[in-house]
Amino acid sequence: MNSIFELFQYQFFTNAVFAAIMASITCGIIGSYIVARRIVFISGGITHASFGGIGIAWYMGLNPILGAALFGVLSAFGIEWLSKKTDVRQDSVIGILWALGMALGIIFIYMTPGYAPNLMSFLFGNILTVGSLDLLLLLGLSILTILIFAIFLKPILYVAFDEEFAKTQRIPVHFISYLMIALVALAIVLNIRVVGIILVISFLTIPQTIANMFTKDFKRMIFGSIGFGLLGSFIGLLVSYKINAPSGATIIFSFVILFVIAKLVQLSMIAIRRKEGIKVEKIG
Amino acid sequence: MNKLLELKSINAAYDDKLVLKDVDLVVNQNDFVGIIGPNGGGKTTLLKVILGILKPVSGEMHVNGSTIGYLPQINQIDKKFPISVQDVVLSGLMGVKKLFGKYSPENRKRANELMDQMGILHLKKKNIGELSGGQLQRVFLCRAIISDPQLLILDEPDTYVDSNFEGELYDILDQLNDHIAIIIVSHDVGTICSHVKTIACVNQTLCYHDSNIISQEQLKAYNCPIDLITHGEVPHRVLKHH
Repeated sequence: MNSIFELFQYQFFTNAVFAAIMASITCGIIGSYIVARRIVFISGGITHASFGGIGIAWYMGLNPILGAALFGVLSAFGIEWLSKKTDVRQDSVIGILWALGMALGIIFIYMTPGYAPNLMSFLFGNILTVGSLDLLLLLGLSILTILIFAIFLKPILYVAFDEEFAKTQRIPVHFISYLMIALVALAIVLNIRVVGIILVISFLTIPQTIANMFTKDFKRMIFGSIGFGLLGSFIGLLVSYKINAPSGATIIFSFVILFVIAKLVQLSMIAIRRKEGIKVEKIG
Repeated sequence: MNKLLELKSINAAYDDKLVLKDVDLVVNQNDFVGIIGPNGGGKTTLLKVILGILKPVSGEMHVNGSTIGYLPQINQIDKKFPISVQDVVLSGLMGVKKLFGKYSPENRKRANELMDQMGILHLKKKNIGELSGGQLQRVFLCRAIISDPQLLILDEPDTYVDSNFEGELYDILDQLNDHIAIIIVSHDVGTICSHVKTIACVNQTLCYHDSNIISQEQLKAYNCPIDLITHGEVPHRVLKHH
């Protein structure tokens, strides 16, 4: 037990803990929106498209996260805009953007002179190397996300539930849709540092799916996702430190273990309820 | 007569396919208009234009008064969405509340009254996925009228509904019609004709029929190829010329 507290003497570990907390908050809130609105595939497209931004920024000697943020938000707007057009097959377009982003990213990283040591950490994330700029950006995003959801929870929920009805009520549906998709893109890009491109989508969906097993209320789903996010990322962080594996992989692996446990708990709860139900019927 | 809605030579299209051609329609206070027509004839498109969801290609539209109440086809609703019955009903007020509005105790009281009226108060904390089709229709009817609109638009409210609630639904609509103008779309021509006051036949063009008595010959003249279905108890006047 002592060894865990000793870990906090290291700056990198304290940073990692803060990153895990803020990743859980941002992914918990934004992920609940993604799962409720069924835009998991769109989010996957944005994630991989943003890798193009990483590559280009890397080539130009700029901060790769800023490049990814710009690319991610622009591709998110592109997808949102296309989804309003009736004659476009949205999923095909997402598939193209998905591959284009990865291709651009790889081309530009290979064109950059010298070795690209951080390539692996972009693909799989490394919470133990999160720097102060990453932390500041994540903190900013956490505050922004909390504020937006605290003030606009009802309009966001209602527009997500029934966009056409919201339009008939003269609510600025387009503004809300674009704001939300930009937030989704930012949450994805800033959490790439923590869990990586390949795995960020599971941080946005697994804790939410676990929470959704136990509640059908959107607000409780958000709090539940944050809770399961914290639990999974702390376990993953410790495992990552102990066995010296990329944090993204260990965190997602803990999520899946939590998911299996939760599923078993849920199934046994249903079985118990059914048994009691039969008993009541017999007595009645 | 207080004119609530006026459409003048409206043309509406999806991409380059013209769906509504030169449509005129006036809806006054206390009107109860039934919109009938074949599938793909443009009934829902007409509603979308009136509701401001679809921009017409050309023509003029004037809407007087406050918000429009709207009950969509419920098969377009995501029934697994994490939202409670109470929240769906309250969402009918978002046009009044806009983005920053908070729901007052009066709003909640009004929502409870409406849910009680419709017999769904005991379901208010339930998730919408746990409801039957008929219960869901009541929830959406509450949402449509909670803002006290002057005009109520219903898109096939009688699908997924048992005949028990269908009767109740039309009773409720008759009551509402005392102070709200109603536009209703339905496949069930026989049933709506016995409740509405006037009929609009939509098949790309719109022919307004200033009565609720309509014959097969008239429908043919209106270029509206649909069958007047006999329904046992439906008032015979609907089928007078049949």
